[in-house]
Amino acid sequence: MADSLLKVVDVYKSFVGVKALQDVTFSIQPGEIHCLAGENGSGKSTLIKIISGVYTPDAGSIEINGRQYNKLTPIEAINNGIQVIYQDFSIFPNLTVMENLAVNSELSEHRKLVNWKRMRTIAEDAVSKIDFDVDLDELVGSLSVAQKQMVAISRALIFNTKLIIMDEPTTALTKREVSNLFKIILKLKERGISILFVSHKLNEMYEISENFTILRNGKVVATGSTKELDAEKFSFHMTGRKFTKRHYRVERLSSEPMFEAKQAGVQNGFEDVTFSLHKGEILGVTGLLDSGRTELALSLFGMRPIDSGQFYMYGKPVTLSSPKAAIHNKIGFVPEDRLSEGLFLPQSIADNVVISEIDRLTKKAGLVDKEKRAEEIEKWVRELAIATPDPNNLCQTLSGGNQQRVVLAKWLACNLEMLVLNGPTVGVDIGSKHDIHGILQDLAKSGLGVIIISDDLPEVLENCSRVLVMKAGRIVADLETDKTDESVILSYMM
Amino acid sequence: MMDKVKTNPLKNGIAAVRKDQHIFRLVLMLIAWMLFLAITRFGRFYSLLNFQTMAAQFPEFGIMALGVMVAMITGGIDLSMVGMANLTSILMAYLLLALTGDDGGLPAYAIPLVFVLGLGIGAGLGLFNGVLVTKFHIPPILATLGSGEFFIGICMAITGGAAVSRFSRTYARTINNRILGDMIPVQLLIFIIVAVVIWFFLTKTVFGTKLYMLGTSPKAARFSGLNTNKLLLKTYLTSGMCAGLAGLVMMANYNSARADYGGVYTLQSILIVILGGVNPLGGKGKISGVILAVVLLQMLQTGINRFPAISSYYIFLLWGGVLILVMVLNFFTERNDGLRFKKLVTTKF
Repeated sequence: MADSLLKVVDVYKSFVGVKALQDVTFSIQPGEIHCLAGENGSGKSTLIKIISGVYTPDAGSIEINGRQYNKLTPIEAINNGIQVIYQDFSIFPNLTVMENLAVNSELSEHRKLVNWKRMRTIAEDAVSKIDFDVDLDELVGSLSVAQKQMVAISRALIFNTKLIIMDEPTTALTKREVSNLFKIILKLKERGISILFVSHKLNEMYEISENFTILRNGKVVATGSTKELDAEKFSFHMTGRKFTKRHYRVERLSSEPMFEAKQAGVQNGFEDVTFSLHKGEILGVTGLLDSGRTELALSLFGMRPIDSGQFYMYGKPVTLSSPKAAIHNKIGFVPEDRLSEGLFLPQSIADNVVISEIDRLTKKAGLVDKEKRAEEIEKWVRELAIATPDPNNLCQTLSGGNQQRVVLAKWLACNLEMLVLNGPTVGVDIGSKHDIHGILQDLAKSGLGVIIISDDLPEVLENCSRVLVMKAGRIVADLETDKTDESVILSYMM
Repeated sequence: MMDKVKTNPLKNGIAAVRKDQHIFRLVLMLIAWMLFLAITRFGRFYSLLNFQTMAAQFPEFGIMALGVMVAMITGGIDLSMVGMANLTSILMAYLLLALTGDDGGLPAYAIPLVFVLGLGIGAGLGLFNGVLVTKFHIPPILATLGSGEFFIGICMAITGGAAVSRFSRTYARTINNRILGDMIPVQLLIFIIVAVVIWFFLTKTVFGTKLYMLGTSPKAARFSGLNTNKLLLKTYLTSGMCAGLAGLVMMANYNSARADYGGVYTLQSILIVILGGVNPLGGKGKISGVILAVVLLQMLQTGINRFPAISSYYIFLLWGGVLILVMVLNFFTERNDGLRFKKLVTTKF
């Protein structure tokens, strides 16, 4: 282990009395792909920040290329070839893809004049490295979440780096993009570049990494070769809990469909989409990023009203022209981007829970009925086990899993017939994911129509009774989940 | 029966004030300024008449500030307050002129009519702003900057820049009056009514909750099924009505109406709202802070007037300087909030 690229030795770090990291030791060899896993709050982010020089450890040291640092500055980290791709991408949404990719090298070379040709070459070179097919003159702000992340990844690859730390890089990527990324990672490995891959998805760890380290409550609970890890051990190390998988089984299926779409279409989104949803079932919709699944989700909630075809509820035609109309028809929607679309983070948990049903919590003339409001909040915080000492705390004080429960609570409070979820557990840790799945299954059993739009195939297979596969805006397969598997679904998706 | 915990109400009050940094800061500033005046100009500042004069002066811009506050809570702004106020007062001045009898008196219904119509005109002008913002997606700062100039332009076109006056003195006398045993100026009463109504809407009604949510995140508001356009229309309608009322109060104070009255109030009302702790990005702000800021500003203005060496021409310098200072201070308090938030999060895990 003498020739480690990076060695973290006995690192301690605490914030105002809370131990974020305790006695953390691990190392990465040149060209090694190492996976760092852990739940939210396990200390992953703190560790990344210590490696990249943002935080100084309280005790312990970091060794890079055999040189020992007690205090590493961000500049020293970068000069030692350490690059971090954070989850928030650190990109400029108001600039084009080309500008985003080239701006750093333009700046670091102290160029005073913009050379568009040169910038284009840099940008073309960067995107080709990960076979990223994108219009370089597109504004980054108008790209999808996944494409934005691809821009950030391309940009980090421009630098001559020795270690790339990727903070959950696959969260918002499609299967194909993930496999593309993995190909790149392997190429980088051949060139001797190490990757610290932060993830909490076991299948990805298997596929890409040689070694792993799992953190829980700031301590290393397991480390070693990925080959020796299995699903059961993995979730136990991650959470300290043992789980049993709950495959969803339909118990009572209504004879009449509760919701139907007939030849529905939206321009530049999807076309000729026909399906029905019965009470008691959970319908999955999956597909690649550009398959039209997101557009379909938005249409079901009136955010992108359909311009051909028709939706029906209990056999009656309904027009979903706005979210308000959808809510009026008792349809709720858990959006893809929880942080910007689903929640009012700087407002209280309480207000977040009641906002969509607030019109019903009134006495006369729009006056808020305080007692009713308090009852509702109390009820939903309890029912969804939202971990907070006081619902008047701000929503941003909650962890990802608890925030997603708040989004769920908001809709359940509306007394829905149907709930559409777009990526219900993106960025949610295993424990909460398991709990959210449980909640959804119970809701479906009690008669709520549930549509889960997700590209997380294990999630779809575990929770849905039926899955629609979309490709290029059309439904290409309607499969029963207990008679199919991941490879079949994938073959329809590609 | 609930057990009421016995606590010292004064202590509770102090604790509540300390909890809100903006309010705390305002109270400190107010106390400091009042102490300074007590030491230097006690006799000329601390008189009942002086306080009554101040209470009659601040409502005209105080009401405007309340309107700007509502817009700012939604993440917008209203720069057309002065334009709307002057257009309302000029139109109402013409109405009063027409109603003024040969004996210089007014029919009994005249003043109520002026108030009803004035509110209506303000509402209509505000709605115009609302349409610009919601239908044509013009950023509020530009929409209201443009409409404000446009309204002033209409005033100029109607009046040719001259004051509309010579209507019955009864109007000014009624509004400049003091009620309740010659204690409370009518202007103050109007301000209190507006403040109570807005406080009620913001804190007790669904509309208020929705406004704060909309200001926090328009996107999340849409995904929560709120009718954001309707809310914004109502917002600018409200600020328009405040402007209309402020115009009517100004008309009484000057006993006339003119296109260029109250030019300094645009900046001043924004200063008040920021000083009062309303977040210019939306979603945050209390009416108590704004009222404290209104009072503080009036005290500053009147207090400075007690020093003849300082010319009132410095007032722009003062207001601009205070606005920048407050924003800089806000930067530091927000940053502290950020730090505290971080601590809160890390202690959770």
